[in-house]
Amino acid sequence: MERFIIAILVSNLAGVLTRVSSMFTRRGFNIDSLTVGETESQEFSRITIAFRGDTYIKEQLIKQLAKLHDVKEIEILDKHETVIRELLLIKVKNTSETRQDILAAVDIFRSKIVDYSTDALCCELTGESSKIEAFIELLKPFGILEMCRTGIVALERGSNCLKSEQL
Amino acid sequence: MNISGAKIIMETLIEQGCDTVFGYPGGQVINIFDELYQYSDRINHILTAHEQGAAHAADGYARATGKVGVVIATSGPGATNLVTGIATAYLDSVPMVAITGNVPCSLLGRDSFQEVDIIGVTMPVTKHNFIVKDVESLADTLRLAFKIAKSGRPGPVLVDIPKDVQINKCDFTNKPIEEPYPLLKASDNKLMLAAELINSAKKPYIYCGGGTISGDASAELIALAEKIDSPIGCSMMGLSAVPDDHPKFLGMKGMHGHYASSMSENEADLIIAAGVRFSDRATGNKEKFAKNAKIIHIDIDKAELNKNIPAYLGIVGDIKDSLARLCDMVEQKKLPEWSERIEELKKIENNAIKPSKALTPYNIIDIISSVADDNAVVVTDVGQHQMWTAQRYPFKKPRTFLSSGGLGTMGFGMGAAIGANIATNEKTVLVTGDGSFGMNLNELATAVSFNIPMVIVIMNNGVLGMVRQWQTLFFNKHYSNTTLNRKTDFVKLAEAFGASGCRCESIEAFEEAFKAAYASNSPVVIDCAVDCNEFVLPMPPPGGSIDDIITELKEAE
Repeated sequence: MERFIIAILVSNLAGVLTRVSSMFTRRGFNIDSLTVGETESQEFSRITIAFRGDTYIKEQLIKQLAKLHDVKEIEILDKHETVIRELLLIKVKNTSETRQDILAAVDIFRSKIVDYSTDALCCELTGESSKIEAFIELLKPFGILEMCRTGIVALERGSNCLKSEQL
Repeated sequence: MNISGAKIIMETLIEQGCDTVFGYPGGQVINIFDELYQYSDRINHILTAHEQGAAHAADGYARATGKVGVVIATSGPGATNLVTGIATAYLDSVPMVAITGNVPCSLLGRDSFQEVDIIGVTMPVTKHNFIVKDVESLADTLRLAFKIAKSGRPGPVLVDIPKDVQINKCDFTNKPIEEPYPLLKASDNKLMLAAELINSAKKPYIYCGGGTISGDASAELIALAEKIDSPIGCSMMGLSAVPDDHPKFLGMKGMHGHYASSMSENEADLIIAAGVRFSDRATGNKEKFAKNAKIIHIDIDKAELNKNIPAYLGIVGDIKDSLARLCDMVEQKKLPEWSERIEELKKIENNAIKPSKALTPYNIIDIISSVADDNAVVVTDVGQHQMWTAQRYPFKKPRTFLSSGGLGTMGFGMGAAIGANIATNEKTVLVTGDGSFGMNLNELATAVSFNIPMVIVIMNNGVLGMVRQWQTLFFNKHYSNTTLNRKTDFVKLAEAFGASGCRCESIEAFEEAFKAAYASNSPVVIDCAVDCNEFVLPMPPPGGSIDDIITELKEAE
């Protein structure tokens, strides 16, 4: 099962995200992450989807997406030619015994402490999913209180754009 | 001109070439119905007994003509009652526009009286849907709905219009009808590859489906079959694309298909699949499907290629254009050995049919087809009677067989038959069962009100035969809830609705009754006593392939 990342431009209208996600549910496509946000144009939103599957699932997912009226552009992003980022906020227990180890981890991962109290601290980390996962693993022994991840956003390197006529 | 949203709906419908709508009034479409009153000289509204009937009628109207069927219903229950009809149209790729009213925008999302999120409800069963919250965008949204419904692979589109949008006014000017989105054109390269495969095939088989009917490709399909000397089989949705008496036509294949049609597909070395989606009913066990064949799959919907069955060569393109160009590229040939083998298979099939003088399903179909003319529209519900009709009726012209294929909607027939008759003005015959008829028989009221010249033939065996058949063969004869044995008197029922009816227990009585009914200009119900032990054969066992096909009952028992 390979991991794929696809970028989709959709009409910036109410309900479009539901259309996309309900199609995934209906057809049984399992998604690792889905992010959506506005773009440089008011007309479009951009959805980034990460999923695992074989070639059959990849092809079907793309063909079924292409059939949705509000989907305007679809592209499978080549992982080697793409900047992929995810944001993590994670809250861990803060004790005098563990504090120094946590701060060391934060330092090495180039994470940032964004909130600090005597019994908890909150770190922010941006990076590729594998880096995020490694950081979480590292913090586990210290006691994770809660965390949230944004799911990935991704842009192709260079001047290639999803909406080709914009160049 | 500055007109209300409700008037804009009328003007846009007329602009889009729509002169007939099916529907049912209600609180949130009262403004639309007020305009229908004023536009009654230009738009014919067919009031049904239930919104589901209206949806099936719009569907039948579209299937019989290829035009977009239009249905109007109120918010809440009116809209939800459409859902089965919309899903039926979606699964069979029927162009349809459903217009629903909704509560005023200010009341949306507050669980107002008769409010339902019909956009959310119908999202998975429509090609697309819209809620219009601004009268300024109403006309263009309706235009787009028509365009989407008929473009490419057709399908239903729903437009939800809150009441205030129907009341508010804005400027309206007519626009010319926009052409559908251009059809994809198959590439020359792919067609050349297909031609090479066909030229070297020794045992080709053409498998056609509903796409050849909606793509108007019957003539091209037949020309190709004749040129390459290939038999043609079809899915149930493909029935009527090829005239039954065409020498290369083997009839429906698949689960309950003709033995020769299914077997020759299984033995073929090349399958040319045109406008089909390899439904599980047409293929049986996919692992064992046509193992000897390379498959060329031509369809307008790219997503169908490799979805159910991997294609050796997938071609995306308009079916009519693709087949015509393919036909020009292939070599004319004769395949005497293959034709001989097919004749053998046909012989085996014909020998399995035992003639009978009783009121059997096949005898009923034979009488209907001997009396009805080639233009008559034959509609079915879903179940055993549907399969018997599909197997036996000799359809001659495209769009003369209307049946719920993909969704398998019992209760489809009454509405669809009414819609088909209104669309074509041709005599319409509904073949149904006592179970299916029971689901939407209220539409008899509609048939009587509009004096629809339709004959309703009920194959009445007192049971839900298709499920019962499975219970007999695979569930130790546990007839769980399939024995109806209702006390309903269909003759009196027909009379109570204002139609006429009769009961037939012999083949002679049926012949006489059907001739009279067919000649009559109003709805007639013929209640036929059919033995509940009549089975639809052949059939494969659950999970079986064509190799495991059951052709005779004694084998099964």
